[in-house]
Amino acid sequence: MIPEIGHFALILALSLALCQGILPLIGAHRGNVAMMSVARAAADGQLLFIAIAFACLTWSFLQSDFSVAYVASHSQLALPTVYKISAVWGAHEGSLLLWVLLMAGWTVAVGRFSRDLPAEFAARVLGVLGLLSTGFLLFTLLTSNPFLRLTPAPVDGADLNPLLQDPGLAIHPPLLYVGYVGFSVAFAFAIAAMLSGDLDQRWARWTRPWTTVAWLFLTIGIALGSWWAYYELGWGGWWFWDPVENASIMPWFMGTALIHSLAVTEKRGLFKSWTLLLAISAFSLSLLGTFLVRSGILVSVHAFATDPTRGYFILAFLGIVIVGALVLYAIRAPQLDSQAGFHLLSRETFLLLNNVLLVVAAAIVFYGTLTPLLYDVLRLGKISIGPPWFEFAMLLPLLPISLLIAVGMHSAWRAQAPKPLLQRLRLPALLAIAIGILVPGLIYGRFGLLVSIGTMAAFWIMFASLQEPWRSFRRAKGTPAITRAMLGMSVAHFGVGIFALGITLVSAFTVESDQAMQTGATVQNAGYSFELRELRDVQGPNYQAIEGRVEIRKDGEFVGEVRPQKRQYLVQQNWMTEAGIDAHWNRDLFIALGDQLGNDTWSVRIQYKPMIRFIWLGAFIMALGGLIAITDRRYRGGA
Amino acid sequence: MTPRRQRMLAVGLALGGIAIAAVLTLRALDDNMMFFIDVSDVVAGEYPADRNFRVGGLVVDGSVEREPGSLELRFRVTDLRCELPVRYTGVLPDLFREGQGVVAHGRMAGEGEFVADTILAKHDENYMAPEVAESLAEHVTEQTAGLRQGSGECNPQ
Amino acid sequence: MSKFTLPLLGFALLVGVFVIGLTMDPSRIPSPLLQQAAPEFSIPSLHDPDVLVGSDNYRNQVALVNIWATWCPGCRQEHGFLLELAKEGAIPIFGLNWRDDRVEALRWLQTLGDPYIASGFDADGRVGIDWGAYGAPETFLIDSDGTVIHKHIAPLTREIWERDFLPLIAGSGAK
Repeated sequence: MIPEIGHFALILALSLALCQGILPLIGAHRGNVAMMSVARAAADGQLLFIAIAFACLTWSFLQSDFSVAYVASHSQLALPTVYKISAVWGAHEGSLLLWVLLMAGWTVAVGRFSRDLPAEFAARVLGVLGLLSTGFLLFTLLTSNPFLRLTPAPVDGADLNPLLQDPGLAIHPPLLYVGYVGFSVAFAFAIAAMLSGDLDQRWARWTRPWTTVAWLFLTIGIALGSWWAYYELGWGGWWFWDPVENASIMPWFMGTALIHSLAVTEKRGLFKSWTLLLAISAFSLSLLGTFLVRSGILVSVHAFATDPTRGYFILAFLGIVIVGALVLYAIRAPQLDSQAGFHLLSRETFLLLNNVLLVVAAAIVFYGTLTPLLYDVLRLGKISIGPPWFEFAMLLPLLPISLLIAVGMHSAWRAQAPKPLLQRLRLPALLAIAIGILVPGLIYGRFGLLVSIGTMAAFWIMFASLQEPWRSFRRAKGTPAITRAMLGMSVAHFGVGIFALGITLVSAFTVESDQAMQTGATVQNAGYSFELRELRDVQGPNYQAIEGRVEIRKDGEFVGEVRPQKRQYLVQQNWMTEAGIDAHWNRDLFIALGDQLGNDTWSVRIQYKPMIRFIWLGAFIMALGGLIAITDRRYRGGA
Repeated sequence: MTPRRQRMLAVGLALGGIAIAAVLTLRALDDNMMFFIDVSDVVAGEYPADRNFRVGGLVVDGSVEREPGSLELRFRVTDLRCELPVRYTGVLPDLFREGQGVVAHGRMAGEGEFVADTILAKHDENYMAPEVAESLAEHVTEQTAGLRQGSGECNPQ
Repeated sequence: MSKFTLPLLGFALLVGVFVIGLTMDPSRIPSPLLQQAAPEFSIPSLHDPDVLVGSDNYRNQVALVNIWATWCPGCRQEHGFLLELAKEGAIPIFGLNWRDDRVEALRWLQTLGDPYIASGFDADGRVGIDWGAYGAPETFLIDSDGTVIHKHIAPLTREIWERDFLPLIAGSGAK
């Protein structure tokens, strides 16, 4: 009964989404207040019904109702309760349900916080969101209904994919989705503005906080995903350039570009058509990512479902949404132009460069992800493009960005006189250069051009971001108190510096070795000694495992003990590697069991990863910066 | 300079930079692009001599041999027509098993041996990678149709 | 045409690539045996190693050959539907237990039900390879003259059965 209630609630949500998608748009066109006012009520109702559907599916998982096909394929009786809940979004159907739930949540939030906007504008925004939601609900109900029954019901389920039985996965997709879906708000604002033809700066100010919120969730979602991949996929990498990861990083680059471009549009009324295009692209790339993942068009370790009908449906949906948006853009954009000029040395220039480089970064990822498909389509052979290419290609846009951030941050709008800029930046620049040259050699014992440039850029960004808050803190003469927006920017850029430092040092100084180890054996790696003390059998709730106990010492002194495991999940009979990680703020020691070579001999992978925590820490600081920025006074209160 | 001309200059510089970057990127792509090549074609000598590529097939039952006490490993991979010896040193992926599908990245060393630097096993718990499946399917067709053409006159199994 | 229509054109091009890409979806592997004679085989029965079962069990009948294993979640998923088919007497189903453990497999059939007219035990996967199986579950539809007329990769459902299998069975009856 419960699953049928969920199914029915979804159908009701769909009809409400249709009302929300059609009536307010017509109302806004005709100036009909009654029709426009449908929007908020419909959005609230939609959220209620989708929440009911979501609760029903969760209930079916908690009750282990294997008569529901989705539950039977992704759960089992012995699955721990917390994973029964996260299994709800552990596969295709349920993750779509989560997607529509979050979308409804965003819509209601927009409805609440848009009361001060002109009624027609708010109605258009909510209408566009309603249309998008209609598309996703149709997709769920027609191709991916999670409530389908299975008769007769199996006695036990097929279990959740062991890779997904992890706390990281419980929270990573929801956050990522909040980000993806959040870009639909920026998209809806852009479409609404183009529909009304009223594209002044106010539009940019209204969009900015929403975009920043979406961006900050996406940032955290990606960082958590990377962290999960690091300890769960078993081999110590933190980014694999897997199509699914690429699908999340492309909207991130676009969203980051959008945030910066919105700043120019809001402050100076420039780049309007460009900002619109970015708002369209950021959301389009989120959709495209969904398409790539759901259609199985690119095979990936994450591919949830490979079903061509789903692919066609999403492609059609993608086509309607993006073509519609781009046609509207082609009509409206030529009417936009701005007279305001700016000098070569000005904040506008640097923000423009930032935008160009971030778009190039997204384009590179796009190209690398889709080229294998293109080769296949043109029958040129089956190729794959490896991480080394992405790593090299990413340097080209990202290195210049990391060098330019500091200058851009300290440049004034319109025109910046070169001299004071030079004076301001001289100290951080000199310090950064000194650190960049010295630190890699002194601490890690090896010099290198790329390491030095990377370290230098990282410290250069960090120092430059601290200057403004520091001056404000010291209440230096002639400095006004720092605004929340300024502080947010400084914090976010400081995060970029931390992140850059992490990447630079991890890629330069990771020490990795694969060893055959017998119990009692000791191996040396990066100045640490690792002793495999014992191997024993361990019994988990739904798996059995072989656990190694590895003692780590440095110069004879005890550092820590880790327990890497090799697990075999009982239902699916899969082997999984559970790494043992000794984490410290400035390094991780990563130990993973490979395979059994002899009686008590195992192959063991041992890695020393300096500063790897800084990668995720940096991402969280960036997100924190976004959080600070949206609390700025000027976003409170209305138009 | 007027702001407009300044801007033109900046745009010009940016475009130039992008062009250089694009050329560099595409060249790097050339080195990092790996083709998937059928085992039979590799055995017949049809493979890029001095660059990495991918081969895939089934790990021949009973062919996995380890050097005692080291991580060096040898096995044969088959596309059901030809078999190719593969050498690999390192830790194997969780889903590597005899008789199962596998994809190896690497290049040919002398004496017809493929030296792998990366081994990937099945792409999910039920099915093998699509390239491997397609390659196997092709040769099963040849067998059932009684065709044994091509330069690689290997024996299946 | 203004420069503002360029994004639109770029996207149109991309859609073209995707449409072609979808038609060659990687999950659609060409079926090597399609319209060919199904491989003849004779292997030990799952229930009794001394009894041989194989193509003789369904000779001169339209039948299904279903490749399954206890380690495959998709097999569990389709098992209910196979039982329904067997109960309805729609078609004889021959089960090929592939690369599996005999004890586990027998326990599976005992607890979940046995939809098969006979089950072969293909421990080393040799028969599966002859059939061009590249995973489980896979289901082959065999004509009464022993020709493979359809192959389905992934769990079988009633929807797929009605859409892909039934028309072929009707067609082969008319022949």
